[in-house]
Amino acid sequence: MSELKLIDENGRRSDNRGIDDLRQIKITVGVVKNADGSAFIEFGKNKIIVAVYGPREVHPKHMALPDRCVLRCRYHMSPFSTDTRKNPAPSRREVEISKVIRESLEPSLILSDYPRAVIDVFVEVLQADGGSRCAGIAAASVALADAGINMRDLVSACAAGRLGDKIVLDINDLEDKEGDADMPVAYLSNMEQITLLQLDGKLSSSQFSECLNKAIDGCKLVYEIQKEALMKKYFGNETELKEEI
Amino acid sequence: MSSSKRSTIIVEQLRKQQMLESLSRGKRLDGRNFESYRNFEIEVGIIDKANGSAKVKLGNTEVLAGVKVETGEPFEGLENKGALIMSAEVLPTASSHVEPGPPDEEAIELSRVVDRGVRESKMLDLDKLALIPGKIVYTIFVDCSIINSDGNLLDATSYAVVAALLTCNLPIFEVQNDKVVDTGNIMPPPITTIPISVTAVKIGDSVLLDPTMEEEACMDARLTITSESDGNLVAAQKGYTGPFTINQILRSVEIARIKGEEIRSTIKGLNETG
Repeated sequence: MSELKLIDENGRRSDNRGIDDLRQIKITVGVVKNADGSAFIEFGKNKIIVAVYGPREVHPKHMALPDRCVLRCRYHMSPFSTDTRKNPAPSRREVEISKVIRESLEPSLILSDYPRAVIDVFVEVLQADGGSRCAGIAAASVALADAGINMRDLVSACAAGRLGDKIVLDINDLEDKEGDADMPVAYLSNMEQITLLQLDGKLSSSQFSECLNKAIDGCKLVYEIQKEALMKKYFGNETELKEEI
Repeated sequence: MSSSKRSTIIVEQLRKQQMLESLSRGKRLDGRNFESYRNFEIEVGIIDKANGSAKVKLGNTEVLAGVKVETGEPFEGLENKGALIMSAEVLPTASSHVEPGPPDEEAIELSRVVDRGVRESKMLDLDKLALIPGKIVYTIFVDCSIINSDGNLLDATSYAVVAALLTCNLPIFEVQNDKVVDTGNIMPPPITTIPISVTAVKIGDSVLLDPTMEEEACMDARLTITSESDGNLVAAQKGYTGPFTINQILRSVEIARIKGEEIRSTIKGLNETG
């Protein structure tokens, strides 16, 4: 792996970032007209659109829960989102990611406020660049807020990882493939709780703790960008919004 | 239908209440301490037709893993490595809740998390399992059947997989005139390390190891940590809907390393006595 030089002698990474730099992140709220809530996130080269429908009636009806709302989540990659065409049928990876995204969002939502209903979250990856589950979670939480779902906190997400002996923030596609470890984390900044934690790759016990703390610092940065995106839609001044259009 | 569901929810809440009371006194409903495992038994080489096999019992949970070795094309991008393919099925025998059919998200997560531990630790040195690089490599299938389900399927399955791989025998293939021929001889697999997963579940403020199905029904969150022989961590997966604090995670990592070493020495012993 070292022959590839994921970090140069000046501490710069393949995309010219330092070890603690996030990629460029931009979130736009309310991009799908028919949805109850939606968001579009550009996280480096990731381009992901999230639409939220609900709370609405559950189909099939037997899935409804008498004391709370059902949360459903679909993470899906478009066939053109990757280097080689991705078969559009849901892969095992997508099934697992759908599950962990749902579980990372659920602690933030007050689902008991909507008994017998369902909230559907559709995460569509239009272009993938490593870290798409984290970008998807961040966008999904904003889309849920846009849909007016009662929530305790926004869920922010970011990965950290290891390249050689360095722990770095926000692993990109190349670093994911060629690096030594990747740890995606989702975090509730106000509640100081972790709602997603995965690890692929080798870390010592002290590296694990450094990596986890670094990922949480990244989540806090993402949290500010999420808040700004929501503020812009709901409180932003109109001339500024018109320029966007 | 909804009235029966309501009564299930009442029963669930009563059971959770009872469990929380017991845990607040430092005891689990089956009398165990928070960090103790149920009775752990492991048997290897029980399927003659498989190249390797292992049956793990963790309390009433029972899992069988079988290794089958074939030759085939390498994966794209991994042309010079053997191929490792893992699957897990919760059999309809496992409990009254299971319906036959394609694996649901729970079973997919199960096999992917077990696979992650083996793959990321590089337990099998796949570089040694290419026959004609880029064309023909060893293809190693590890398939798991959950026979009886009483909680902690993740760890039970992971131990069965590791034990089956550790004790399997690979057929020796030879390349003759660009063709692969089975010599009829066998060799031990190229093992580099032994990954062991330890799963902790959080119920209220208590963190328990080796949960029963009853405890899993009450859990708020689950965390699986896989460590390897030198104590490094190779895989992790948080599951279920509740959150963890940083301290709970870091403490679980330490417990996973200590407990993992204990289980590793049991599994290592299989090879020496077998």
